Amino acid sequence: MTTDFISPAFISGILSATLRMSTPIMLATLGEIITERGGVLNLGIEGIMLFGAASGFLTTLATGNLWLGVFVAALCGIALAMLMSFLAVTLGLSQHVSGLGITIFASGLAMFIYRKAVGSPMIPPTVKPFTPLSIPYLSHIPFVGDIFFKQYLLTYITWALIPIVSIFLFRTRIGLRVRTVGQNPFAADTVGVNVNLTRAFCLAIGGAFFGVAGAFLTLAHQNMFLIDVVGGRGWIAIAMTIFGNWNPLSGCLGAMMFGFLDALQLRLQIVGVKLPTHLFLMIPYLMTVVALVGVSRKATVPAGLLKPYRREEKGG
Amino acid sequence: MIGLSIVKRKPLPTRFKVILPVAAIVVTILIGSIPILLAGGNLLKAYSSLLHGALGTRFNFLETLVKASPLILTGLSVSFAFRARFWNIGAEGQLFAGAIVATAVGVYGTWLPPALVLPACVVLGFLAGGIWAAIPAFLKTKLKVDDVVTTLLMNYIMIHIMGFLLYGPMQAAGSSWPRSEPIMEAAHYPTLLAHTRLHVGLVFAIVLALAIWFINTRTVLGYSAKCVGTNIQAAYFNGINTDMTILKTALISGGLAGLAGVGEVCAIHYHLLMDISPGYGYTGIVIAMLGNLHPIGVVLSAFFFSCIAIGSQTMSRMTGIPVYIEGVIEGIALMVMLVALLFMEYRIRWTRK
Repeated sequence: MTTDFISPAFISGILSATLRMSTPIMLATLGEIITERGGVLNLGIEGIMLFGAASGFLTTLATGNLWLGVFVAALCGIALAMLMSFLAVTLGLSQHVSGLGITIFASGLAMFIYRKAVGSPMIPPTVKPFTPLSIPYLSHIPFVGDIFFKQYLLTYITWALIPIVSIFLFRTRIGLRVRTVGQNPFAADTVGVNVNLTRAFCLAIGGAFFGVAGAFLTLAHQNMFLIDVVGGRGWIAIAMTIFGNWNPLSGCLGAMMFGFLDALQLRLQIVGVKLPTHLFLMIPYLMTVVALVGVSRKATVPAGLLKPYRREEKGG
Repeated sequence: MIGLSIVKRKPLPTRFKVILPVAAIVVTILIGSIPILLAGGNLLKAYSSLLHGALGTRFNFLETLVKASPLILTGLSVSFAFRARFWNIGAEGQLFAGAIVATAVGVYGTWLPPALVLPACVVLGFLAGGIWAAIPAFLKTKLKVDDVVTTLLMNYIMIHIMGFLLYGPMQAAGSSWPRSEPIMEAAHYPTLLAHTRLHVGLVFAIVLALAIWFINTRTVLGYSAKCVGTNIQAAYFNGINTDMTILKTALISGGLAGLAGVGEVCAIHYHLLMDISPGYGYTGIVIAMLGNLHPIGVVLSAFFFSCIAIGSQTMSRMTGIPVYIEGVIEGIALMVMLVALLFMEYRIRWTRK
C-alpha cells in the first residue's frame, strides 16, 4: 500500500465513510431528541437498535426484500417503545431502570430469536445488502460527488430528517405540545394537552428511528448480524443528544464527529498504518466523554425529563 | 375504553418487601415461558432441565455457587450506587479495571513477598474499580456531566484499554491469542473444597454484603447516601456534603465491581482474557433491583440469576432453547420487579371512560 494519505481519493474515501458510518447514530440521535424533548429518557435505545438489527436482517433473509426488513425493524422498534411507554409513562416508573430493562430484554430477545432462526452455522448467513445510490449528474462532480452523492438511500433520508425533525419540533403545533410536555407537563395538562399520549407518541417515533438505525447496520453497513453489531452506538446517540443540547442539527454534527473518528481508524488500518488498533477504537468513546464535559455545564435539559406525570400528584 | 390511573395507597406492611420479589420471580417465570413455548420448547422439560442444570448434581450446584460470587459483587456494586441515585451502569468496566490490575500484580509482582501478593491483588483491584467509578462521579458533581452516559461510555473505553493491553504489552509471549501470562500461584484464591472450583470468593462476597449492610444502616456514609438518594436538595440544606457522599459511594461501588474482576482472574481463569465477563456488570443492575437494593436481597437474587445462568446452559443442551433465554429472563425480571415495587406505594385503579 502507498503511504500517500493526503491524496484526494483517500480524503474523499474517509469523508464518504464518515457520512455512511454516522447514519445510524444520526438516526438514533434524532429519535432520542424527539423522545427526550417530550420528557422521557429512553435508555432502551441500545437494545431496540439491536432488535431492529436482528429483526430487519431476519426479515430480509427470509424474503429477500430489503425495504420489508427496514419496515419490520421500524415496527419492532415501535412495539418495544410502547412497552417502554407503558412502564415509564403509563405507570410512571423510573425511566432509568425501565430503559435498562428494555435494553436487557430486547438484546436478549434479539439474540434468542436470531439463534433460534438460523442455528449456529460455522459461517453466519448473509444478505445482499443495500447498494449506494449514485445521484445522476451530482455524483459526477469530482471529489464532492464521491463524498456526498454516492450514499445509501437511507443516508439521504436521514439527512432529510434533520430539517424535518427541526421543523416538527420548533415550527408545528404538535412540536410545541411535545416541548411543553417535556418542559412542564402540568402546564400542558392545564391547557388540555394529553401528556401521556404525547409522550407515548414521541416514544413511538423514537422507537421507529432506533429500529431503522439498527437495520441500517445489518442491511447496509454490514450484510450479517453479529452480537456486537450495535456496539454502544445507542449510548453514543444518548451522549450526542446531550452534546447537541437537544437540537437536531447539533446532535447530528456530533454524530458525524463520532462517525469521522470511526472511519478514520478503519481507513488507517486498511492502508496498513501500524497503530495499536484498540487505542484507536477507544478514541471515539473517549472524545465523546470529553465533548460531554465541554458542554454539560451549559446544557439546558428539558425540565420535565425523568419526571413521570401523575395528575393527582401535582402538590409540590 | 378502559383507562387506568395510579393512586397512592397506604404503605404495605414490611413483609411485602420479601413477598414482592418472590412474586416478581413467579411472574417472571410465567412470562419467560412465552418465548420458550414460541421456540417450540416443552415447558416442563425446559424448566426441569434448568433446575437440574443449576442444582441437580453436586457439581452443578457448586458451579452455581461459583458463578454467584461475581454476581453478588456486581449486584452489591450497583445497589450501593443506586441507593444514592448515582446511576452507575459501569460495573462492567470497573470489573475489567479490577481484573487488569489483579493480573498485573499476579504476573509482574514477583518481587513482592508471596504472602502479600494476593492482598495486593485484592486491594489494588478494589482501588482500580473504585477510581474508574470515581471519575464519572467527579464529572457529575463538579461539572454536571450525566453519570448514566459517562459510566456507560467508560465501559467501552475500558474494554479497548484491555484489548490494547492483551494484544500488546500484556500479551503472553508466543501467544497469538489475546491472553496474558498466567498469574503466579501466590495470587490464587484458596479453594473452599478440594478438587472443586469453589473458592473463598463466595465467602468474601457474602462478608462484603454484610459489610455493606453495616455501612447502610450503621454509618454516617450510609445515612448520607440514603438522604442524597431520596432528596439531594434536602440533604444538601441539612448540611450533608453531597458531593463527597457521591464520590465515596462511587469509590465503594466501583471497588466492589473491581473485586468481581479480581475474583474472576485469581480464582477462575488465572490469567486475563477478553471474555473475562459475560456481562456480570449489566446483570448486576437486574440483581440489585430484584434484591430491592438491600445487600441480603442482592445475595439471594444473585443466587437466583446464577441458577438461571448455569441452568439455561443445560436447558439449551437438552431442549435446543438458545442460551440467550438468560438475557430475556433478566430483562423481564427487571421490568416485573419495577412494576412490583410500584405496588408498595401505589395501586392501580381501572376506570371506564
